[in-house]
Amino acid sequence: MAAKAVSLKSRLKRRPYGRSRVGNLLNFLVLAGVGVVMALPMVYAVSSAFKPLDELFLFPPRFLVRQPTWDNFSDLFRLMSFSWVPFTRYMFNTLLLAVLATAGNVVVCSMAAYMLEKRKFPGSGLMYHSVVLALMFSGAVTAIPNYLIMAEIGWIDTYFALIVPAFATPIGLFLMKQFMGVVHDSLIESAKLDGANEWQIFWRIVMPIVRPAWQTLIIFSFQSTWNMTGGTFIFSEELKTLPSALNQVLQGGIARTGVSCAVALLIMIIPIAVFIASESQVLETMGSSGIKE
Amino acid sequence: MTKTAACPVSPRPGLLRRKRREIAKNWDAYLFTAPFYLIFFVFTVLPVLISIVLSFTYYNILQPPTFIGLQNYFNLFLNDETFLIAFKNTMLIALITGPIGYLASFLFAWFINELNPKLRAVMVVVFYAPSISGNVYMVWSILFSGDAYGYINAFLMNFGIIHQPVQWLTDPQTMLPVVILVMLWMSLGSGFLAFVAGLQTVDRSMYEAGYVEGIRNRWQELWYITLPSMKPQLLFGAVMSITSSFSAGDVTTALCGFPSTDYAAHTMLNHLNDYGNIRFEMGYACAIATLLFIMMVGCNQIIQRLLRKVGT
Repeated sequence: MAAKAVSLKSRLKRRPYGRSRVGNLLNFLVLAGVGVVMALPMVYAVSSAFKPLDELFLFPPRFLVRQPTWDNFSDLFRLMSFSWVPFTRYMFNTLLLAVLATAGNVVVCSMAAYMLEKRKFPGSGLMYHSVVLALMFSGAVTAIPNYLIMAEIGWIDTYFALIVPAFATPIGLFLMKQFMGVVHDSLIESAKLDGANEWQIFWRIVMPIVRPAWQTLIIFSFQSTWNMTGGTFIFSEELKTLPSALNQVLQGGIARTGVSCAVALLIMIIPIAVFIASESQVLETMGSSGIKE
Repeated sequence: MTKTAACPVSPRPGLLRRKRREIAKNWDAYLFTAPFYLIFFVFTVLPVLISIVLSFTYYNILQPPTFIGLQNYFNLFLNDETFLIAFKNTMLIALITGPIGYLASFLFAWFINELNPKLRAVMVVVFYAPSISGNVYMVWSILFSGDAYGYINAFLMNFGIIHQPVQWLTDPQTMLPVVILVMLWMSLGSGFLAFVAGLQTVDRSMYEAGYVEGIRNRWQELWYITLPSMKPQLLFGAVMSITSSFSAGDVTTALCGFPSTDYAAHTMLNHLNDYGNIRFEMGYACAIATLLFIMMVGCNQIIQRLLRKVGT
């Protein structure tokens, strides 16, 4: 890390070879211009959430808020406290799902990734290629047969239907496997000579080294569980999640314009905040995420 | 191989025995991978297989499926005009947002990499945020609102580019371009992150060597050094962007409603949900799913083949 910082500092002082000043300026201007367009809808969403009612219905509309207020948020909490299922229950559901699904995802994917990366055994090639193939299509394609399978197992309207499939995600296995390439085989060999069994090597030696990888996986997993609504699998109201409760508020129509702006902000801000907090780890892991031939 | 050559009388039993011994020796490897592959098989592989099988049947959930051969596929392409629209739209969206989103992901990652570290961290958040912010793309329906006070309309009228408000989200002429624009806005996803990270892992000494060899500017540096050493990330990014561009559907429903005017923004995923969740014609819906599946995987194979040629 120290060496990296020094080299960055010297790069800053002395313009690197092949970089013209005009080019740098142009680069910055393009990024700034596109960046503003990228951020505009976000800014609008944030600004609307703090608009008082008269500004929300102002005609012609105004882009930015003039007199910010917390009214929309307090309205949201009042509304939620009157709901049939208490607000805290939705929150508990989402937290429970997120914790269980994420923990399972990390352990299950890491275990498989460890063996696929460090050992060659009959079938390991097929296992890896099937996961790469599965990366190529989205889960939306298999929604119908998935429902039929859940119905067959009897998991409809239980959390198993949401949690268990989230354990084995192709992207989870893929990220962990690629990152485990950095662990030296000699380290594992010497642990074996010291009498450690496979589980101890995996849990005590490999997992601490690949910490940035599972921290990234926790974030990805959290992002998907945070948006989990239960979809077609959950129909009991007391089992539904926070996003599905918030989406119900969104469907409240014109009278809930202010509240729904607050809801949109809440749904949007949490994944972004989590990403900002963990940006450096995520980038470290994604650096090794390539598909090797 | 040497062992089988040593016993020319019956090589097969020897091979089998060796395989069995190898499997027995690696019992713990199977134990470690079992949880993942058990779940992966039941909830990913099996659904794909079921989907393919059901696509050859008529199935409405209440009655057991009856085999009808390729009838569903014939109906899709010969009798279902809405599907043809959906097929055309999906291809159009994928062919535009896929490559452009992919190129944009790489270009912006590269531009951002030229900045100093503090600014870089901020810019990564700004460009990545749209793809993880849940359904904030709903905001675009306000920006594109059809009256004279919709922000885009007001802006264009101010500058005299248009003279009367455009019904962006209900006019069949403009719906698809708007959807494509919003999808492009969201297209800097995990592929983009992989690029940003990959650019920082390229070996610095390669650049120094390159300048000794006569590379003059950042464009040459990009083509001769950066791109070839980032092939794995480029492949990963391609897979991610193809997958997301073919599964367009949520955005069209959120912006243009379902069904959209004249089905002008109808995609294959919309069609799949229509037959799967509303009409309960599961066999038909599975045929659509199978087609989508083939398109995604096929397109990925083509791109992988193309990317092998980068920098050679």
